[in-house]
Amino acid sequence: MAFSDLFSRLRKADADSDTGAAAAPVSPTKALARFTVGLAGRVAPVLLDLGPVIGGNVSFFGERLGCKILVEDLAKDIDRHVAERRAAELPRFLETRIARETDSVDGILCWDLFDFLDKASAAALARHLVRVLKPNGLLLAFFNTYEPKAGEPQPPALYTKYVVVDSGHLQHRTYAASRGRQKPFQNRDIQKMFEPLRITDQFLLKSHMREVLFRKPSAADTSAAPAS
Amino acid sequence: MWKRDEAVKPANQPSPAAPVATTAPASATAALQPDTRRIERDLVNIGKSVVIKGELSGSEDLTIEGHVEGKIELKDNVLTIGPNGRIKAQVFAKAVIVLGEVHGNIAASEKVDIRDGGSVDGDVVSPKVAIAEGAHFRGSVDMQKKPGQPGQAQPVKTEPSKSAVASPPVAAQAAQPAAH
Repeated sequence: MAFSDLFSRLRKADADSDTGAAAAPVSPTKALARFTVGLAGRVAPVLLDLGPVIGGNVSFFGERLGCKILVEDLAKDIDRHVAERRAAELPRFLETRIARETDSVDGILCWDLFDFLDKASAAALARHLVRVLKPNGLLLAFFNTYEPKAGEPQPPALYTKYVVVDSGHLQHRTYAASRGRQKPFQNRDIQKMFEPLRITDQFLLKSHMREVLFRKPSAADTSAAPAS
Repeated sequence: MWKRDEAVKPANQPSPAAPVATTAPASATAALQPDTRRIERDLVNIGKSVVIKGELSGSEDLTIEGHVEGKIELKDNVLTIGPNGRIKAQVFAKAVIVLGEVHGNIAASEKVDIRDGGSVDGDVVSPKVAIAEGAHFRGSVDMQKKPGQPGQAQPVKTEPSKSAVASPPVAAQAAQPAAH
């Protein structure tokens, strides 16, 4: 057995439960740290994760931040609708997909899920998420900003699992998607889609990924805001 | 060349299709060594063909390869749902290892371990939860704190977490605040 194999097996054992992704790249993130700091002051915050379940992330948010984590892998739902040629039904489906009460979630991790949704579906999901988010709740989403020019090859249809290495780094593990990223959203479309959430931070990475952190204004914020 | 003596094969290897038995027959037990007897007492299997509807409780570690519907309570012991196990029940145990399918909520006082190929549809309450990459999970995870520890967040450290895979290449891309 080669040494590299041996070390990769040891790393796999160290990873507790995650497997088969030692070579996946790790990229810096700025917004995740702001997101975790925002949740850190709360007592037993409720966190909604819209990505696939990842043992390391459950440990990170559960053990370090004391979160109660709700896992709702919406990528599977997108795949199912696309495979069954029912993609047109996605907006209606997403409007009611997450059975949570209004103002019941402290934080939402959307990762880059919105990149795989058409405008109507994205708007429906955003409305739903805005509803379930508590006042002062935080929502983290990543948006692709790069659109291949005419004649350029289309990137492969891949989802990404974002594995938290620490609050400043994410490991990106790709896996097959039923369809590729949709047309990128413009910044104003993103703002409009998530109204009345406010963007507290956004970072444009060299990878053409825009990390956006939203906060739901509280009643006090709303009453203090000047009438427009 | 060394050859394994089949005659001394450990008696505690669980047989997937073993019948439900909390105690071995007297004649068989008498023939076993004291250590083997002890191990056999602590390991109980519910075999593939067994279907149980109702409440299952006990004070021994249990491996389920069959179907159980209702409630399972092993408060001081380890429950293993084998690869063939199908559970539609509320589960209470010290530790739960899932390799099969569970539909229902799981509460464990020590740990819940959902292994590769395991599937859980339900809410998990346990101070420690491990979910393998090939596992299916839908529901919520509540890593409740022990009494005396508030559900307060711990300070967020910047060093890698234990669960993170060590030493993958860090992509050379710096984050920059974007223009609003």
